[in-house]
Amino acid sequence: MSRMSWFNTVSLTLGFAFLYIPMLILIVYSFNESKLVTVWAGFSTKWYGELFQNDAFLNAAWVTLKVAVMSSTLATILGTMAALVLVRAGRFMGRTLFSGMIYAPLVMPEVITGLSLLLLFIGIGLDRGVMTIVLAHTTFAMCYVSVVVSSRLVTFDRSLEEAALDLGCSPAEAFRLVTLPIIAPAVISGWLLAFTLSLDDLVIASFTSGPAATTLPIKIFSAVRLGVSPEINALSTIMIGIVTVGVISASLISKQALVRQKRDEQAAARG
Amino acid sequence: MQSSTFAPWEDPDAKPLIRFKNVTKRFGEFTAIDNLTLDIFEREFFALLGPSGCGKTTMMRMLAGFETATEGVIELAGQDIAPVPPNKRAVNMMFQSYALFPHLSVWDNIAFGLRRDSKSKDEIKARVEEMLRLVRLEKFAHRKPHQISGGQRQRVALARSLAKAPKLLLLDEPLGALDKKLRQDTQFELMDIQEKTGTTFVIVTHDQEEAMTVASRVAVMDQGQLMQVATPDRIYETPNSVYVADFIGDVNIIEGRATPEGEDGYHIDWAEGQPALTAKSSAKFDKGQKCHLAIRPEKVAISAERPADAANAVQGRVHDIAYLGNLSTYYVELADGSIIKAQTSNTRRISRRSFTWEDTVWLSWTATAGVLLAN
Ligand SMILES: Nc1ncnc2c1ncn2[C@@H]1O[C@H](COP(=O)(O)OP(=O)(O)OP(=O)(O)O)[C@@H](O)[C@H]1O
Ligand SMILES: [Mg+2]
Repeated sequence: MSRMSWFNTVSLTLGFAFLYIPMLILIVYSFNESKLVTVWAGFSTKWYGELFQNDAFLNAAWVTLKVAVMSSTLATILGTMAALVLVRAGRFMGRTLFSGMIYAPLVMPEVITGLSLLLLFIGIGLDRGVMTIVLAHTTFAMCYVSVVVSSRLVTFDRSLEEAALDLGCSPAEAFRLVTLPIIAPAVISGWLLAFTLSLDDLVIASFTSGPAATTLPIKIFSAVRLGVSPEINALSTIMIGIVTVGVISASLISKQALVRQKRDEQAAARG
Repeated sequence: MQSSTFAPWEDPDAKPLIRFKNVTKRFGEFTAIDNLTLDIFEREFFALLGPSGCGKTTMMRMLAGFETATEGVIELAGQDIAPVPPNKRAVNMMFQSYALFPHLSVWDNIAFGLRRDSKSKDEIKARVEEMLRLVRLEKFAHRKPHQISGGQRQRVALARSLAKAPKLLLLDEPLGALDKKLRQDTQFELMDIQEKTGTTFVIVTHDQEEAMTVASRVAVMDQGQLMQVATPDRIYETPNSVYVADFIGDVNIIEGRATPEGEDGYHIDWAEGQPALTAKSSAKFDKGQKCHLAIRPEKVAISAERPADAANAVQGRVHDIAYLGNLSTYYVELADGSIIKAQTSNTRRISRRSFTWEDTVWLSWTATAGVLLAN
């Protein structure tokens, strides 16, 4: 690798500073002794302690976690099924339309997705609460899952499934014993992606949540309007931690899967 | 071997195990299998031979249940198999691409089919170990497919398809990646399995020697059609067309015009200023009809003097010699520039060879050495 010129070094540093200094400040101040956010008064973890005493926050965190687990699991199941249909089912009437419609929510402004879901829930008389947030998150997260899974399925060798059928599997067994284990990395990284998306969503959740259920991002947002407190910094730091772990493991899993797939393909080519 | 007594295809009452009745398979506009009719009998070792893309794999896939015939009927033991899904057919296939499960070890790949038929653990273990021994992969049982060589993967695929001991085994180029010694050993193993278990084999091969060794019958295909179906020796000795003669083994093709002479003899005028050739043929040719005389190089004798009583003799000049170890092939150029190949076995040391480049020699063969073909 050639050495970077000073210009590249500077732009890289500036870029990363721009991206990460705000978060860094937040993390640093979450360990601040003082109640005043702008005055450093020494290191302390007391805000973390206080956070765990705060029932409202803990409640919101619990709701957020429940929503994230349920919606990402649902989104993974539905998204994988959609990917299977899109990649496998040759040409059928409205295929292009269908695949376009699956991907549309990716670029749809969240406000519109949120608003239309709100109208739907009111229309069918569904009380807003955990259930409605789960449904809303499932809708937009399944698009991401189906993108991730279908990019893996495109290179999946169908003859593996045929071999499984040939050896006596029913189509469902062939999927469970052969297809699923092989595409598992893509499915898992789809799940992680859906999980983190659900965890930090504010817009759609604020449309679809009700008084009975508030998620953490909503809680933080409304708390900040009364003034930033170090407690919120601590909470945000924890969330940054969770999201970072989620995103990094998703990318590690898919990278590892890519390496394995390359290796298998090379092996197949040699064989 | 068995071939002297085993010939159900000559018995009009014999019921075939597999029957293709006017089967056509199209992919869109493209016709991969073209109105093909064929019977394959139980306990046969049936070899499919043909150039790349002629439809061999497609036939296998129709038997295994991965493609359905566009037209026509395929019967297995008298039953139309179209409605039977692949997992309900007593057929196992070895894929040309092997299709090994990348997430399973060699052991689990071979055990995969056995586990589907609710066999006991001990039975499965015994069978897998037997298969591993057969393909000599005991040491590699716990490797993943990407951790073994191409030839070893091919053997795993073979073992996996053999493991369930199906009634009908479809092997799509099962031995292509193996070295000659291992290939011959495996061929004998397959023949052994076939004799012991009575399994019917349909095997695709690009190696005609292999087809000759193992097959009870050989089908030569071209562009989705059967050119000839016959026992290996008949395919070799009496091909029914120039295509088949040329596809199987080495052959000289001499084009000419036939003139009937006597009961089943013909004169063939083949070149200006050359004496006519004589050949016997059971197929009938009209006077002046265009014909091709196909002669195998090993049936052409080479000598320095004109043999006194030869039915056919032509003079030429040694153009090239191919030394094949046990055999030598002489490429002899005739006066008109055409080349005829003659093969002799090397009973003497190479330095004591009687002919060398540019020598003038005589080529001769008998009236029954060649086959007279219309096209
Ligand atoms: N799914 C498909 N769609 C379109 N064309 C196909 C399909 N499968 C096979 N073909 C075509 O049908 C023809 C026969 O293919 P097939 O795989 O049977 O050839 P083959 O005889 O097995 O060749 P090879 O010796 O190279 O394996 C080929 O021309 C191939 O391109
Ligand atoms: Mg093929």
